Amino acid sequence: MTSLHIDDTSRWFGNVVAVNDITMDIGPGVTGLLGPNGAGKSTLINMMGGFLPPSTGSVTLDTSPIWRNQEAYKEIGLVPEREGMYDFLTGWDFVLANAELHKLPDPAAAARKALATVEMEQAQDRKISTYSKGMRQRVKMASALVHDPSVLLLDEPFNGMDPRQRMQLMQLLRNMGDEGRTVLFSSHILEEVEQLASHIEVIVAGRHAASGDFRKIRRLMTDRPHRYLVRSSDDRRLAAALIADASTAGIQLDWDEKALQIQAIDFGRFTELLPKLAREHGIRLYTVSPSDESLESVFSYLVAA
Amino acid sequence: MYNQTVARLTYRALLGRRRALLLCALPLLLLIVAGAVRGLTGADDQVTTQLLGGFAMATMVPLIGVIAGTGAIGPEIDDGSVVYLLAKPLKRSSIIVTKLLVAIGVTVTFSAVPTLLAGYILNGNSQQIAVAYAVAAAIASVAYSALFLLLGTVSRHAVVIGLVYALIWEALFGSMVPGARALSVQQWALALAQKVADSGAGISSEVGVTTGVTLLVVATLGGTWYASRKLRTLTLAGEE
Repeated sequence: MTSLHIDDTSRWFGNVVAVNDITMDIGPGVTGLLGPNGAGKSTLINMMGGFLPPSTGSVTLDTSPIWRNQEAYKEIGLVPEREGMYDFLTGWDFVLANAELHKLPDPAAAARKALATVEMEQAQDRKISTYSKGMRQRVKMASALVHDPSVLLLDEPFNGMDPRQRMQLMQLLRNMGDEGRTVLFSSHILEEVEQLASHIEVIVAGRHAASGDFRKIRRLMTDRPHRYLVRSSDDRRLAAALIADASTAGIQLDWDEKALQIQAIDFGRFTELLPKLAREHGIRLYTVSPSDESLESVFSYLVAA
Repeated sequence: MYNQTVARLTYRALLGRRRALLLCALPLLLLIVAGAVRGLTGADDQVTTQLLGGFAMATMVPLIGVIAGTGAIGPEIDDGSVVYLLAKPLKRSSIIVTKLLVAIGVTVTFSAVPTLLAGYILNGNSQQIAVAYAVAAAIASVAYSALFLLLGTVSRHAVVIGLVYALIWEALFGSMVPGARALSVQQWALALAQKVADSGAGISSEVGVTTGVTLLVVATLGGTWYASRKLRTLTLAGEE
């Protein structure tokens, strides 16, 4: 079990503060580092990967600092965002070279295993320059996994991937997390984090804006109305019943969607009330979906706050 | 200190198609000119000294040094692929030393060897001129490799700075302006060539052998040490 600890860490470039006094611990499982472009995610990942010293504070792997500590790379696997990766090599040569550089006892076996994990055996003998974006990403993953690291850091790993490749990589990362590895990935795309990470750390403008389970964070924001889309056997009657209760602030009969757009101001009470009212009035509920429980709304809320 | 994998990656990057063509062009030109001169004027020690000193030592060796020295690390730092070397439990000094040895190997192969061949073509090594220049080219290759490797680690414009140094400082000032000469790898290496060749060969240097050798050693070791240090604290600033 290996964890990353970031303690009172700031990093500035000249007069620009990229990371502002952040403290967070990242333990086993999949953690999503979420924030808009320019929020400081890459800076944070670079510090965790030992490629940038913190201006103040400390970034440690368990108890040892990562900056200028080559030994940390025995535990860390790094998937950088940048594309440069020895394009003149074949996928096999590249992953094998990574295994050799780790001084593994059997580099060829390790390379084979890593390429099999990312399902790239078919294309391993082609030059990297001929790979698609998704294939490159998978070979990068293989190179990061080749020494069986306990910590995996991925900077925007889903950029430019098609939906199928994205799903494959998500499954792979989920498995890594389930195996007890510490997996941290950054993303500015909300649905990615929502689908993959059980735990999120939100960075906005260099600051640590929120931490924890995504839905829990969302629920904590009680001062902000939640929106729901509801379809039922009798929308009008349901609307009338709901608006009578203080947990809702507004209901719209959406004619195009053939659904109700409900604004709930008391999240807990509304979720209890809705099924109860439906049962009492003999109304069947076909769809109940939170229409803003996406990270987009969490985001804009956090940015505005 | 020498890492086989780092060496293999560096060789393959350096001897990729375009760079290999570039590396072959100058030695080929030297050999063709040597053949033509020999055919037209016959064996002539003075012409040999002029061609090997004026073209091989003053232009070809530093240019090959720039290509090999900066090429051994600069492109990797530029495109970010150096991350794959650095994110390993590897001593930074071993990465630099390995890359230096590869750069030296390439520079010697593409500059000292053709210099020796050209010397033999020109005058059959009369007065040890061919051997003297080849020795000087090989020694200069070591210092150039170290200096340009360092340049590759400190600047994104390593090739441009290297070219300016090689062409303007070494080729122009180094052979014309007396003051600049003492601070030139070419002159330090020529001190050795002067020693190797017969006294009548007409090879001269601004500096004595001891000074030349000392400065070459200092430049090589200093460059290597500083490049290792630089690599140890190489930062990857985020794109943001």
